Amino acid sequence: MSQITKEEIRQPENLVYKKTELLTDNPLSYCPGCGHGTAHRVVMEVIDEMGIQEQTIGIAPVGCSVLAYEFMNVDMQQAAHGRAPALATAVKRLMPEKFVFTYQGDGDLAAIGTAETIHACNRGENIVIIFINNGIYGMTGGQMAPTTLPGMKSSTSPYGRDVALMGNPLKITELIAQLPGTLYVTRQAVHTPAAVRRAKRAVRKAFENQKLNKGLSFVEIVSNCNSGWKMTPNQSNEWMVENMFPFYPLGDIKVND
Amino acid sequence: MAKIKGDIVIDIEKCKGCSVCIPACPQDVIALSANVNSKGYHFAETVNDACTGCANCAIVCPDAVITVYRKKVE
Amino acid sequence: MRELKLMKGNEAFAEAAIRAGADGYFGYPITPQSEVMEYLMAEKPHERTGMVVLQAESEVAAINMVYGGASCGKRVLTSSSSPGISLKQEGISYIAGAELPCLILNVVRAGPGLGTIQPAQSDYFQATKGGGHGDYRMIVLAPSSVQEMADFASLGFDLAFKYRNPVMILSDGAIGQMMEKVELDEQITRLTEAEIIKNTPWATTGKTKDRERNIITSLDLDSAKMELHNIHLQEKYRQIEENETRFETIQCDDADYLIIAYGTSARISQKAVDLLRAQGIKVGLLRPITLFPFPSKPIAELANRVKGILTVEMSAGQMIEDVRLAVGCKVKAEHFGRMGGIIPSPTQVVEAMHQKIIGG
Repeated sequence: MSQITKEEIRQPENLVYKKTELLTDNPLSYCPGCGHGTAHRVVMEVIDEMGIQEQTIGIAPVGCSVLAYEFMNVDMQQAAHGRAPALATAVKRLMPEKFVFTYQGDGDLAAIGTAETIHACNRGENIVIIFINNGIYGMTGGQMAPTTLPGMKSSTSPYGRDVALMGNPLKITELIAQLPGTLYVTRQAVHTPAAVRRAKRAVRKAFENQKLNKGLSFVEIVSNCNSGWKMTPNQSNEWMVENMFPFYPLGDIKVND
Repeated sequence: MAKIKGDIVIDIEKCKGCSVCIPACPQDVIALSANVNSKGYHFAETVNDACTGCANCAIVCPDAVITVYRKKVE
Repeated sequence: MRELKLMKGNEAFAEAAIRAGADGYFGYPITPQSEVMEYLMAEKPHERTGMVVLQAESEVAAINMVYGGASCGKRVLTSSSSPGISLKQEGISYIAGAELPCLILNVVRAGPGLGTIQPAQSDYFQATKGGGHGDYRMIVLAPSSVQEMADFASLGFDLAFKYRNPVMILSDGAIGQMMEKVELDEQITRLTEAEIIKNTPWATTGKTKDRERNIITSLDLDSAKMELHNIHLQEKYRQIEENETRFETIQCDDADYLIIAYGTSARISQKAVDLLRAQGIKVGLLRPITLFPFPSKPIAELANRVKGILTVEMSAGQMIEDVRLAVGCKVKAEHFGRMGGIIPSPTQVVEAMHQKIIGG
């Protein structure tokens, strides 16, 4: 076998993976190792592969992904904290032929925006909600979130979440799956290649569902917050597997046809 | 017998050295450099020629800085 | 030819909104404005014009639906009453910050808190001074008749799109609930997507190959840029003050005394002017039609000619602050008002004029 040089391999015809053009060239504002970047890429790859950039309108939340519109190369609106599903409701109803999605964190979606989330889901708005659950308020410096695990430390639960004092973490995805307006509810992760591939299939299904006009598709992505959890990225992914997944088990929760 | 040879190109200026790609690589091709980029991050780099172009590293890279190539070598 | 009907103020507004080519209404029930959404739902505007009408889960959701719709270049509106408007203030601030056009009807009831469902004018501050956070202004139109409830729907949309700014129609429970004859404009055709893309190229209608992505946001973490954005907003508000100040003067030419009042108070004050003139006292009425921009210049000019000014408001005295800023120390300016949902009578206004201005 003859020796092959790197230059011979790095030819356009040999390309198997490169960043989608639906991600802008702006450097992501997320901490090193944060799952937000991977989740952004998964969503944008799906929109790219479906060829629906021109018909897509995204809604950015308040939180770490408040600047999502800097990275996602589609028309975007930046919502007030928790209100993204309300914006998306109007956009979809006023322009039913468009693809509309929200991208929200756990504080945005499951605390301040609980009403907007539940009612958009219950009305069966034909939108996609991407929900990043990392169990903490990352942007504001690591405070307790509605999804913070029992005993989990944060800057506002410095001795661990005491459920007797601070209440229970909210499994909002299971709650949403009960609502008649949701068509597809799933929980995914983006910490390993296999998880990313599964998450991408879920996001693809969610966007394909929008064509059916049969209800809302909700994709939770359990993610890490290594800065907030005060770990290295790989440690945080291991911690997530050991601690987050038992409480927030991965997989489809509701699949209707 | 045909053999698959791969290679990756890392945008080292955008790499944040998070290391998530390192355990994702089945061939142990990637490690953090001793050098840093202009932001001060120890960026990821390849340390051997065992890459098969499986793209696992790129798929988990949060900053989408890895481009993957794969060629069948006769 | 305009169609003549007998309608409630709230209904007239709703009908006029459909005819003004509105694309979407998002609301939440609250007395005394619930007839707006009830009328819209009964009229099935989706069948008439394709207009979307949706009952939201809260005032907060409704204004954010307006935010989403306005971001798409659509002609969208909401309506509420005082406590509900308080809830909407966050969204209004975002809409103003992101420079989006929309129409907000406030059929004011008495506060504070849950207050009462009876009419008041105690939302002048929250309408004209921001209400939500940050340095922003809404264009505020104050109807004093059912006819103006209808007319201001299309005027409101025109101003909102002209300046990419939220417009509030500051009505009150009396104007919203009363029935009067109203002449309605003919139906305006709703804009097509191509027309929206042409008229509002900033709108999020889907990123096509020939342009960069459109982003609707009120955020900029760079303080220098944020200051520039604020300076731009302030310049726009000065331009609105220059171009859009609207008011009506009644019997002001020979007036020795002036009443300033808007909305329901203006109607009562007009009767008070007649009663005072019957007593031989020459009184005129200035009725601000826009509360922002406020007609400061005409008030300042009249202050050079009259001996005293009485403002009449169904509040503890809110507009009086802007009147005094306009008048300076040139002439005495006093407030008369009733609160808590009480509408003053013309004779009470006459008495107040005697006590606070003429004899005071």
